[in-house]
Amino acid sequence: MNWERLQEKLNILADAAKYDVSCSSSGSNRINDNKGLGDSTGMGICHTYTEDGRCVSLLKILLTNHCIFDCLYCVSRKSNDIKRAAFTVEEVVELTINFYRRNYIEGLFLSSGIFKNSDYTMERLVRVAKKLREEHKFNGYIHLKTIPGASDELMREAGLYADRLSVNLELPTKSGLKLLAPDKDHKDMLKPMGAIHQDIIKYKDEKKLIKSTPIFAPAGQSSQMIIGATQERDLDIIKTSTHLYSKFNLKRVYFSGYVPVLEHKNLPVLGTPVPIVRENRLYQTDWLMRFYEFDPYEIVNEVHPNLDLDIDPKLSWALRNRNYFPIDINRADYHMILRIPGVGVKSAKKIIAARKFGSLNVEKLKKLGIAMNRAQHFITCNGHLLATDIDSLRLKNLILNAGSSKFKANFSPQLSLF
Amino acid sequence: MTFLIYDGSFEGLLTAIYEVYALKLVDVRIITEKEESSQLFSTEMMITTNDDKANKVAKKITNILGSTGFRSLWKAMLSELPGTADIILSVVKYAISTGKNVIKDYGHPAVLALQETLKKLGREQHRMTAFVRFELAQDGVFYATIEPDFDVLPLISNHFRKRYADQKWLIFDLKRNYGIFYDLQRVITVEVHQTLPDNSPSLMRLDWDETEKEFQNLWKNYFKATNIVSRKNTKLHLQHVPRRYWKYLIEKQ
Ligand code: SF4
Repeated sequence: MNWERLQEKLNILADAAKYDVSCSSSGSNRINDNKGLGDSTGMGICHTYTEDGRCVSLLKILLTNHCIFDCLYCVSRKSNDIKRAAFTVEEVVELTINFYRRNYIEGLFLSSGIFKNSDYTMERLVRVAKKLREEHKFNGYIHLKTIPGASDELMREAGLYADRLSVNLELPTKSGLKLLAPDKDHKDMLKPMGAIHQDIIKYKDEKKLIKSTPIFAPAGQSSQMIIGATQERDLDIIKTSTHLYSKFNLKRVYFSGYVPVLEHKNLPVLGTPVPIVRENRLYQTDWLMRFYEFDPYEIVNEVHPNLDLDIDPKLSWALRNRNYFPIDINRADYHMILRIPGVGVKSAKKIIAARKFGSLNVEKLKKLGIAMNRAQHFITCNGHLLATDIDSLRLKNLILNAGSSKFKANFSPQLSLF
Repeated sequence: MTFLIYDGSFEGLLTAIYEVYALKLVDVRIITEKEESSQLFSTEMMITTNDDKANKVAKKITNILGSTGFRSLWKAMLSELPGTADIILSVVKYAISTGKNVIKDYGHPAVLALQETLKKLGREQHRMTAFVRFELAQDGVFYATIEPDFDVLPLISNHFRKRYADQKWLIFDLKRNYGIFYDLQRVITVEVHQTLPDNSPSLMRLDWDETEKEFQNLWKNYFKATNIVSRKNTKLHLQHVPRRYWKYLIEKQ
């Protein structure tokens, strides 16, 4: 093997792939029942973290950064004067297997620039996955990012080898896409999402009847949007992601804060900071929808179209809806307990479990790991009214001043969010 | 105050708990020989591990706490933290006196302490599944050494057996001087009998496969290339990978 050349390719093609923020390797159910290599039944493990604090779970690379398209926000766009490289199918397979055997990774996240045409590129991505599964009995995680415009047959084949498929929506609004990615059509992204969704259902149903039916993208599909590259509001973003969740049953919608790569009249100027705080607020909102039983439009709506940057969306909601509070810790149902600022999903479950053995007092609550400096303003406990009777603006300042560290430095999707 | 001195094993602890009930001891602590009973006026009693007694206690506990609850107690012992035996005793007493499965009664101080220990243990267990780095030697075996805070090898063995079913591997705990080895059929425990002068077992002097260095370099490079400089966040980075774990990580060297 030509190690030096391989090294160089890896540098170029990992560098170009890193703006895809997803690195999730959970949600699959591929068991190692063929005495092969790997297992994808667990939670997905972060094997290391980059210096920007992001989880590294998968070998995330492009097959090639050659591209016939010219999307303005992308480093690989045709008109950009950069070094180009392309892996062979064998090289990607070797890297994946050898990294996996050393416990560096959970699997592969492969995407690509469009080389020649969509089908030509997609066909190669599928070949990598097929080779891993069939020749190497690889049961690790494979995420394939599909190529817009590739044929339905190739998409389906991809789903038979991959754990997860993704179709990136790229930008949250139609107008944004027109402005920045004139080669791309909104429909070309929604159509495959629909097709994948249908196939997932179809294969699942068939498997119930015929056991030998192969599994199809067991970890479902996901998508990504770049935020902060156009003038979109948070409400537009949440609307779009809500739509994707409900229409195509996506597992995750990722937000990638725009990293300025080009000087252009349609783009934020070079040197504009990456909107990391905003990105984090969007992830928190996403969590509120998926795990905290919030309706998206409770959090953002026409009256309140953008998320606060200085406080998290749950606290923000609580401050706008003081009429729901104070909440009785010993009586309220799980749904309401979840809404108390300072109480996470785990603590809420603990509260429900622990109060079966007797009522909870302030001391016990503290021991359960509840952030009382925030929670105290929103609860009653054993008849004691802990809630502060001041207006929301003053309460917000009080909370901000009391525990500021919590709000400042933590800006990553992988953090515990509340 | 009575001090029951046991051998540190889980069966030993169960035997000690048996004696607490048999002898109706009230003011009692369970310690190993290594832990000092700093009190001047106290009774000490040596406990000899007894499978019969241990089994009886195990059965009783399993009846109340279920097999998962019972396993939690066993797991907690792997933490090797001082005082764990006493915490377990308190939980068992509480469970027996109420006759309820109290393993989730976070309001009870001993249960809470037990759960905290399990949480710490779980964290270390998870870290080891993440941070173990195998190196391929010329004999075709993948080797890794670890120095975990707790005795987690029994907890990670299954994970690695399932995952690396088609390769031979060995994970060695340098702190506790034993390892687990998978021979393509099953996992066995291996011990190194003589400790070498510089405290490193002989497996550190293996001849590595000729591709080993190349893949390590590729991985290091990948780690650098996948970083986004304009998002640098050292605080967050350290929160996820505390410095003391860097020694495992090829990419951090
Ligand atoms: S098609 Fe993909 S790789 Fe090509 S320029 Fe657009 S975003 Fe970049």
